[in-house]
Amino acid sequence: MPNISGNGSEKQAFLLEMRSIVKDFPGVHALKSVSFAVRPGSVHALMGENGAGKSTLMKCLFGIYQKDRGEILLEGKQVRFGNPKEALEHGVAMVHQELNQALKRNVMDNIWLGRYPTRFGGYVSEKEMYRRTKEIFDSLGLSIDPHRVMGTMSVAQRQMAEIAKAVSYDAKIIVLDEPTSSLTEQEVAHLFEIIGTLRARGCGIIYISHKMEEILKISDEITVMRDGANVATAPAAEMTMDRIIRLMVGRELSSRFPEKLSKPGEVIFRTEGISSRFTQVEDVSIHVRKGEIVGLAGLAGAGRSELLENIFGISARKCGKLLLHGKEIRNRSSREAIRNGFALVTEERRSTGIFGILDITENTTVSALKRFLVGKFFVNDGKRYQKTEEMIKRLGVRTASRKTQIRTLSGGNQQKVIFGRWLLTEPEILLLDEPTRGIDVGAKFEIYQLMEELAARGKSIIIVSSELPELIGVCHRIYVMSGGKVTGEVDAASTTQEEIMTLAAKNL
Amino acid sequence: MKLKIIEKFKALEPSERRTYLSELLISNSLYILLAAAIILIQCINPRFLSWPSVVNIISLSAANLPIALGIAGAIILTGTDLSAGRIVGLVACVAAALLQTSGYAAKMFPGLDTLPIPLVFLLVIAIGALVGFINGYCTATFHLHPFIVTLSTQLVVYGALLLFLMSGNNNGQSISGLDPSYTAFIKGSFLSLGGTPIPNYVWYVLGITAIMWFVWNKTAFGKNMFAVGSNPDAANVSGVNVKRVIVLVFMLAGVLYAVTGFIEAARIGSNSAATGLNYELDAIAACVIGGVSFVGGTGKISGVILGVVLLRLIFVGLTFLGIDANMQYIIKGLIILIACAIDMRKYLVRR
Repeated sequence: MPNISGNGSEKQAFLLEMRSIVKDFPGVHALKSVSFAVRPGSVHALMGENGAGKSTLMKCLFGIYQKDRGEILLEGKQVRFGNPKEALEHGVAMVHQELNQALKRNVMDNIWLGRYPTRFGGYVSEKEMYRRTKEIFDSLGLSIDPHRVMGTMSVAQRQMAEIAKAVSYDAKIIVLDEPTSSLTEQEVAHLFEIIGTLRARGCGIIYISHKMEEILKISDEITVMRDGANVATAPAAEMTMDRIIRLMVGRELSSRFPEKLSKPGEVIFRTEGISSRFTQVEDVSIHVRKGEIVGLAGLAGAGRSELLENIFGISARKCGKLLLHGKEIRNRSSREAIRNGFALVTEERRSTGIFGILDITENTTVSALKRFLVGKFFVNDGKRYQKTEEMIKRLGVRTASRKTQIRTLSGGNQQKVIFGRWLLTEPEILLLDEPTRGIDVGAKFEIYQLMEELAARGKSIIIVSSELPELIGVCHRIYVMSGGKVTGEVDAASTTQEEIMTLAAKNL
Repeated sequence: MKLKIIEKFKALEPSERRTYLSELLISNSLYILLAAAIILIQCINPRFLSWPSVVNIISLSAANLPIALGIAGAIILTGTDLSAGRIVGLVACVAAALLQTSGYAAKMFPGLDTLPIPLVFLLVIAIGALVGFINGYCTATFHLHPFIVTLSTQLVVYGALLLFLMSGNNNGQSISGLDPSYTAFIKGSFLSLGGTPIPNYVWYVLGITAIMWFVWNKTAFGKNMFAVGSNPDAANVSGVNVKRVIVLVFMLAGVLYAVTGFIEAARIGSNSAATGLNYELDAIAACVIGGVSFVGGTGKISGVILGVVLLRLIFVGLTFLGIDANMQYIIKGLIILIACAIDMRKYLVRR
């Protein structure tokens, strides 16, 4: 992707200009006079830790929040949108991180939802819908069948469909919120091609992401926010990863990953040729030592999450053996796996991790309730509160109290609570599925530190991640999977991203 | 279709063939069991598949189809409608009272001439639409689950029905002595099957079903209904007036219950407070058997038809087998449970 810097485009008028936006919430200055502008035909990255004010700024743009002061100019004209639909009709579209789609309907039904091409006051012409959808897909180089049911497609494809929807509204400004958080590197490359097409058409792209490498690759300009203020806007060519991090956290971070101090001991757990009944996991033999962090790399659909689920007993095993301390175990259900000392931090934090409306206490102690029993039935609440407080302190969960609903915490803090939940079950082997997805830089570092600390105390960790620098940074060894099989094993200290990617593409 | 299955089977490894076959059997077991049941019942009682019996099954299914089509809409929105049966009852009694033959001894409103049928039809449709509107409005505006809303409205409607039955000269009696023109309009026949006349209302229901198919599949309203059922937030962000869709779905349902009631009044001939009792439960069961899932956003008209016919076949079949009426309830309950459990397998993601 060519890295077009802002040089020479200074004279060009701004497509979108947000001037001195102020937004206060009771007790919080969420936005302290933020200015932010996007040029036509450019990608403007918006960065900042969670809570820095990025999403508040976007919500003010889309009319989800009403700004207290400031003005928004679209192509030089002042605008004020009452809701996202109004913004969309003026050509300002957002592709949310949590794709909001009717999964049981097909692609074109989703794209034209709310404005179906009708005749005779209600009759929807499917032909017309198909033709127009196909036109947009062709112009973007997408090979998605408009008749395909949304829920049967990959996240990447669904995201492309959402971008196509924005295009169908003739969007001039497209906001992409963490678009690559669940994409593989190949899919990211495809997304960047599409972004390139949109940029060439003169669209302004606002690109929100935590991934530095990507941002430096795709953006023309970068704006960094911290504590509700714009701390820097500069051409991407003048930015470096270190500078961005410094601006975001407001202090020096000596390194993105903690030092690896843990020394792996003897082999504690191994799988011998395990295969799944209903998923693609096939003939997988891996092992993990005491105090070792082992990575599972691969593209989406390589079977990494499915392998963790197989080990944890929530997906049916067809054949193969699990050996813990040399003894065969079966892990036929999650309860059996927990009894055997396993813990699984799942990939979809919101849907299979947290109990959103329950408080931190319940979320922390739910897996270890048996440890708080008095007699056979009664739960000792005092002990639960005490343990929860301990966990909050130990993991550095930023929360008002243990009574706070977990859904009100940031992603990083939710993830810490989930770690706390599993630590209470005193596991020997932690299975982590994308534990840092959608978490800001500071919190990521804390999660890495926690993993390192656990390893140093003799726990074994198997981690799935789609961010290769992360795996290389925190793991001792990395297994690479492709098409459900392990295609290689590399030493994290000596491997390269290229080597891993080659192995990951082996069984395509 | 058949060939495809065979081709797919041949392409499989021998070890996978068994899994494939058993999956095929289980996913189609509803039809297989049904076919087996029909053959069994036919062997025990050969009158089961005689023309009169077949026409009976068709007309009973037709009588229950509109209410099921109405409830299906509510289920697609992840809701339900407990007021359906009571609306059928109220509408049936109102229609019967207004269409009693003049000069009938126990006439509810002796001073009233027999009203024109279209007028009464429009009136009862309005009643159904009104209750439906209340159901939908409360659901959409107060964000209540339709279970609660319709639990309440069914009580209100039942109360209104009891009060209505006490009005005029009626004093709570059941209403009969319907005008022959009304009875002929609904139960008359111009076509016979194997010597058994097919009642007119079967054709009316066929027409209504065709319209409903069009509404569900070919109109913006229908597509919006499925979208709201599948993901209301996405629909809202895309500019769909979610509240309006919910209200309209329940109003349409109310209209369909009214149609059922209007047919039911003439079909039964004598209507009381018990008319329509528990109809909604059969309708819900039929929908779920037919694949209209409570998960929301899924369902087909053909599925609803299939569900209604299946359920009716089972009920009629049990009678033909001469099974004790009390025992029939137990069997019905179990059949519905098993049928739905089998159907649910389609939606489960196998891991």
